Amino acid sequence: MTVPGPRNDFQLLKTQVRTATDAAHGSADLSKRMETQQVNIYYGKRHAVQDVSIPFYKNLITAIIGPSGCGKSTLLRAMNRMNDAIPGYRIEGQVLLDGQEIHTPGTDVITLRRRVGMVFQQPNPFPKSIYDNVAFGLRVNGLVKSRAELDGRVEKALRGAALWDEVKDRLNRNALQLSGGEQQRVCIARALAVQPELLLMDEPASALDPVSTAKIEELMFELKKDYTIVIVTHNMQQAARVSDFTAFLLSGQLIEFNPTPQLFTRPADPRTEAYITGRFG
Amino acid sequence: MKSRFTDKIFVFLCLFAVLVVIAMLAAVLGNITYHGWDRLSWEFISASPTHGMTEGGIFPAIYGTVLLVLLMAIFVVPLGVCVAIYFSEYADRSSRLYRWTRAAVDNLAGVPSIVFGLFGLGFFVQFVGGGVDQVFFGGNLTFRQPAILWASLTMAVLTLPVVIISVEETLRAVPQSFRDASYALGATKSQTIFRVVLPNAMSGVLTGGILAVSRGAGEVAPILFVGAAYFLPHLPTKLNDQFMQLGYHVFVLSTQSPDVEATKPLLYSTVFVLLALTFLLNLVAVAIRARLRVTAGSGR
Repeated sequence: MTVPGPRNDFQLLKTQVRTATDAAHGSADLSKRMETQQVNIYYGKRHAVQDVSIPFYKNLITAIIGPSGCGKSTLLRAMNRMNDAIPGYRIEGQVLLDGQEIHTPGTDVITLRRRVGMVFQQPNPFPKSIYDNVAFGLRVNGLVKSRAELDGRVEKALRGAALWDEVKDRLNRNALQLSGGEQQRVCIARALAVQPELLLMDEPASALDPVSTAKIEELMFELKKDYTIVIVTHNMQQAARVSDFTAFLLSGQLIEFNPTPQLFTRPADPRTEAYITGRFG
Repeated sequence: MKSRFTDKIFVFLCLFAVLVVIAMLAAVLGNITYHGWDRLSWEFISASPTHGMTEGGIFPAIYGTVLLVLLMAIFVVPLGVCVAIYFSEYADRSSRLYRWTRAAVDNLAGVPSIVFGLFGLGFFVQFVGGGVDQVFFGGNLTFRQPAILWASLTMAVLTLPVVIISVEETLRAVPQSFRDASYALGATKSQTIFRVVLPNAMSGVLTGGILAVSRGAGEVAPILFVGAAYFLPHLPTKLNDQFMQLGYHVFVLSTQSPDVEATKPLLYSTVFVLLALTFLLNLVAVAIRARLRVTAGSGR
């Protein structure tokens, strides 16, 4: 596996990173927002993730690709501890958020999940109004003091998800009446409303049509100005289009982690090449 | 072509069985409507029995029934919802506590209703009522007697499994994706349950409540010893008053009346009202469930 030296990757990165980020502008400093170090995950006896170390750089999009069952979703869900309740689940190694281990006994899972937001594969808005969906996280966390403040935060989140203009006149409509693509953007807005630092996206477009998918991808480019994004996808074109770095997982092992253009044009590992050229998966 | 012939016979037998069921229901309803219709009137529903139950109406029995099931619902729904939440959301399914409470609920549903009546008499009236009298009323007989409070509590114990099972079923049917979404936004477990899971299971809570009410409205045995009265000149106004009840009134009219022949028309009409009331409650349950299903959507 090849872990890139930042200096060498800078040229490649510059062609890929469309939105200028501080990291890309500054010298060669890509700062890590989150990081897994030698992470091993077990479900009972099954060793689902093996010794995986991946850095997730600030204001960049990192894609995790691999065939079904390779452990990519498991790894993603470990980053905001959504697996904790699964019986038999065990994790070893380190998962660092801004250098802090998130599995220490003192870690407040509630705060962690507020800092590390998540968007799921199936759009899963609550059967409530659009407004109540977006306001949910703010309300349960007691983050707002007045109705006016709540209104403002909801609007800001919906704008962030590029949905405000479409729904501003029907905020009280049930979110389930929206199209699948709109529902998924409600879910993104809902995650943005609590102002996380990271956004974990678990195949966010796999249940959507091509037009809605394009909108979500466009939105991701906008979002990375303010957020660090990790996206799990089995759609390689999508990974190639949206991400700055790509990690390829196979049978729970990290095969390759490289800047996206490099991984897709000059893969370092023959297994990566076999996968991206469609020979398996 | 032998198999085709047996196939036809089988279909015929099934159809016949269905017809038998329909015929029995039609016979019961037809008979009761035919004999009971004449005496039905506003006066019958709104007046008290007179002349040793051979004249007048059944209003006190209707009132007592409604009051009984309402009180029962107040006790049984919150308790049942809490148990269902524990079963569905908190219990470790392999734990001994879960297995035992589960078995207890299942067996509670199988206990004959007369046993609940005796239990109510022994536990609520004698033990709890006696204790209340000792502690609060200086031993004066106040609550250690059959009363609507004890009857509704007894009925609540009887209908508890109905509520638990109905609510638990709908709680489990709430998609995991809703819970995931809630947790991912930083909600705690109890916030997730009360803001996401339970609101999506309201149809089960309401249906469970109404099923319990319709079951409770039709039961007689549990309240025989704990509060149902043969005849009362006044409506119950306090928790320790006795009450009249439709099912018990049917029993009284058919077996305890001084003149059984004279009460027969009244008996039919009373049964008609009892049936109409339980049917109506079941209809309401079905309607609420259908309505909530539309507004809540499937979540996908």
